[in-house]
Amino acid sequence: MPTMIEIKDLHKSYQMGSNSLHVLKGINFKAEAGELVAIMGSSGSGKSTLLNILGMLDEANSGDYILDGVPIKNLNETKAAQYRNKFLGFVFQSFNLINYKTALENVALPLYYQKVGRKEREAKAMRYLEQVGLREWANHLPSELSGGQKQRVAIARAMASEPKVLLADEPTGALDSTTSYEVMELIQQINDQGNTILVVTHEEDIAHMCKRIIHLRDGVIVEDKKIKQKRASEYVQ
Amino acid sequence: MFDLERWQEIFDTLRKNKLRTFLTGLSVASGIFILVILLGFGQGMRNGIAHEFEQDASTSVWVWPGTTAKEYKGLNPGRNIQLRNENYENWEQIGGPRIEYSSTRNFVGGVNVTYGNEALVYGIQGVNDEFQFIDNAQMAEGRFINYNDLAGTAKVAVIGLKIRKDVFGDLDSPVGTNIDISGIPFKIIGVFKEQKEREEERIYIPMNTAQKVFNGGDRINNMAYTLPPAETFDQAVAEAVAFKDELRTYLQQVHTVAPDDTSAIQVWSALEEARRYYSLTGNIKLFFWFVGICTIIAGVVGVSNIMLIVVKERTREIGIRKALGAKPWSIVGMILHEAIFVTSISGFLGLIFSMGLLELLGPHIEVDYIMNPSVNLNVALSTVFVLIAAGTIAGFFPAWRAANIQVINALRDE
Repeated sequence: MPTMIEIKDLHKSYQMGSNSLHVLKGINFKAEAGELVAIMGSSGSGKSTLLNILGMLDEANSGDYILDGVPIKNLNETKAAQYRNKFLGFVFQSFNLINYKTALENVALPLYYQKVGRKEREAKAMRYLEQVGLREWANHLPSELSGGQKQRVAIARAMASEPKVLLADEPTGALDSTTSYEVMELIQQINDQGNTILVVTHEEDIAHMCKRIIHLRDGVIVEDKKIKQKRASEYVQ
Repeated sequence: MFDLERWQEIFDTLRKNKLRTFLTGLSVASGIFILVILLGFGQGMRNGIAHEFEQDASTSVWVWPGTTAKEYKGLNPGRNIQLRNENYENWEQIGGPRIEYSSTRNFVGGVNVTYGNEALVYGIQGVNDEFQFIDNAQMAEGRFINYNDLAGTAKVAVIGLKIRKDVFGDLDSPVGTNIDISGIPFKIIGVFKEQKEREEERIYIPMNTAQKVFNGGDRINNMAYTLPPAETFDQAVAEAVAFKDELRTYLQQVHTVAPDDTSAIQVWSALEEARRYYSLTGNIKLFFWFVGICTIIAGVVGVSNIMLIVVKERTREIGIRKALGAKPWSIVGMILHEAIFVTSISGFLGLIFSMGLLELLGPHIEVDYIMNPSVNLNVALSTVFVLIAAGTIAGFFPAWRAANIQVINALRDE
């Protein structure tokens, strides 16, 4: 399998007044295409910071980050926006749907920034909505959807731009366990199609539905192991 | 600007945020509306005041006698001043070439005017032949009183157009018909027209006739003059003031009135009043501009405020869009595009509505000192563009800041 993500000696610190808070202290890891990786750690371990750097939402102080052979370095806002649009899909804990747009329009939004025409955008968005099982809800506003449905719309939106990597930050953090497993089942299905996915979570059961778990503590990787994936469908009853 | 996809995205946003769009639009439209109406009425007042002064010849000077207010040379205050023919004749000598036209006027009271069986309730004034030019009366039919009428104490009358319409409406021309004034027949020789209908409700008869037939003796009520035109407005005003002061001094001496007694003999110069009103209208114009500019500033502040709030409210949305791959400039562009679109549409709506209102109602406004309020289209258009520019600038800075905010921070914004 080709290497999708490669990180070498990544450092990140935040300036808090006169103190500097060293959050990431030399992270090294590689992820191959098609992997489903869980990043675990207690709060303050640096897992969200790592994901933000991977998502080009934040920049590292030093170290290398190579995404599918493209070095991600010294990006200006415009370049970063381009890369995010082309390479990455995001799923957030708080869904982050635009509340005045319908499910369909939310899913179509990344395609708007790829300069895809309106008709094609909507057709494609509808396909992805169908994949997450929300075809009938296409014309509903987020406020009319349940939490699980919102997260599925968010996943459809992340997938719509056909990213190389899907980054999920606590995707089940705001959901009850049944809904969480449904969302994880969807993530596993997407992974089965060959997509690379990184999931940040602090829940053991969610982590065990991935294929590999990376443990972070105090800004360093303390454990990195491949596991036998538990299918979420076993829990969903 | 001509990106169809961008337009669709903006229309979507506007359609789904109707209240926000409406409020932004309303503040812009009402700002423009108020400004245009204000400027229109400022202009209307100028027009109205200018119109008021077109009634009498612009260089006219009038003498109105009154009551003394001060004791002088042993005479008690409260004495009525009565102008007499000799005052008029003597001043004619003294004033000499500085007088263009001159006339006396008497208000004839205690008479009944009838036409056939119909009683007419109109004022009768005895005047001289030149009064026509002093009062700026135009002849609609026939002629005005002439020298021969005066010399021959002719029993002739000139009536106002309003009287002609009200009383003689069914005649081809009233000229040649007789009216009775206290039983004495007077032949109508002409119909005159004035700026104001109120002044057309008068009947003029020769001064001599008024004095001899109606017991006037040698008493006169007013003396009226016009002065020959001068090179410049200021020179004309200066001459009018000098003439007026001299005339008053003369009359004060003749009637033994204290020099500082202003109520005994009043001399009124149209030019002097005009100068005062012209400077007043200048001030009115300034005032309306001041209020208008304040309105615009209020509008600009309003638009800026709304833009600030809109951007603040959309910080999270901006974060989401950025996470999905929106470039900073596309965010700024989107917000500004929207702002310009809304302010333009509502600005022009306010403009069209207010100008339409002025166009429709303006000519029908019949209030003293306000006439045909209107506004210069260029001025109105400029204010719209000022508001649009202000909205753009006011929107740009928060939009730029929001577009450059870190995505994670924007997403954390609740």
